[in-house]
Amino acid sequence: MTIYSVFIINKAGGLIYNKEFAEGLAKLSTNEYLVLAGTFHGVHAITSRISPVPNSTGIEMLQADTFKLHCFQTATGTKFLLAADPNHQNVDAALRRVYEVYADYVMKNPFYTPEMPIRAELFDMGLQRLIKQLNSV
Amino acid sequence: MSNRPSFVAKRVPILDRSINKNRGNEINVAAFAFLFSEMLQYAQKRANGIQDLEKRLSDFGYRVGIRVLELQVARDKPNRRENRVLGILYFIHSNVWKSLFGKQADSLEKGTENDDEYMISDNEPQISKFISIPKELSVLNAAAFIAGIVEAVLDGSQFPARVSAHSTGTDQFPLRTTLLIKFDKSGM
Repeated sequence: MTIYSVFIINKAGGLIYNKEFAEGLAKLSTNEYLVLAGTFHGVHAITSRISPVPNSTGIEMLQADTFKLHCFQTATGTKFLLAADPNHQNVDAALRRVYEVYADYVMKNPFYTPEMPIRAELFDMGLQRLIKQLNSV
Repeated sequence: MSNRPSFVAKRVPILDRSINKNRGNEINVAAFAFLFSEMLQYAQKRANGIQDLEKRLSDFGYRVGIRVLELQVARDKPNRRENRVLGILYFIHSNVWKSLFGKQADSLEKGTENDDEYMISDNEPQISKFISIPKELSVLNAAAFIAGIVEAVLDGSQFPARVSAHSTGTDQFPLRTTLLIKFDKSGM
């Protein structure tokens, strides 16, 4: 039950944070991460429109053989993506806790400009602690 | 003081309220963190340089400190006035800290080199708990606000001093901050 990586996408579709927490993952260049974020943002927008049920919120979970990707969208349009192994049970709860760490150490940081890439030491440390705690369970 | 009957219960104007009624009132640390974050951004826009920014934060704290001193003395020490250095420092360390942050400060030390230097430390200052200082501004310490409060308390008690905030993070408490208090000769 491990968490592989975390991505945060701002409301314009730009990647503002990404971090890997497991060994052995494929290495991507920074450009590829940006493209990944933009693509996901686009897919998310499309899925929320083509949904047969009205008032849909867009893609929430994407499952493959080797991983599953959960997406949590906040009321302001910021998306939190969490990639975990396929048998991970509580990815939603983990996402909520990542959101809490974000609300604490990014939003309350006076040196952070909203929608810009996140460069807060306390956020990195807090997230590291959280993921370590979740992975060791 | 008349309680006017009205459809909506009117709160008593703040200057008429009893001083002791609201002791131990707490506010949400998250709400204060947002307010403090805005104060810091406001000061940063107007400051020209890190020293100026620290001075502005210290000034904000100074204005709070004058009122904190009056309130705490009126609540806890109505008949005695501190006239010893150690007394006023102890008052700040326990009383003022407890009313502002809900706990006593973590240590009070006397400086080793000079007679007129003292240090109060807090292992995790609540106001700067969420602030990550970027590399360019690493000299800045957001606890300059607390330094301002302490400086006002000391000035108001007739112990003029200069108070500055320094980060003394340890492995166990990476956010540990120390306030260095340097007393003027006139107060000693």
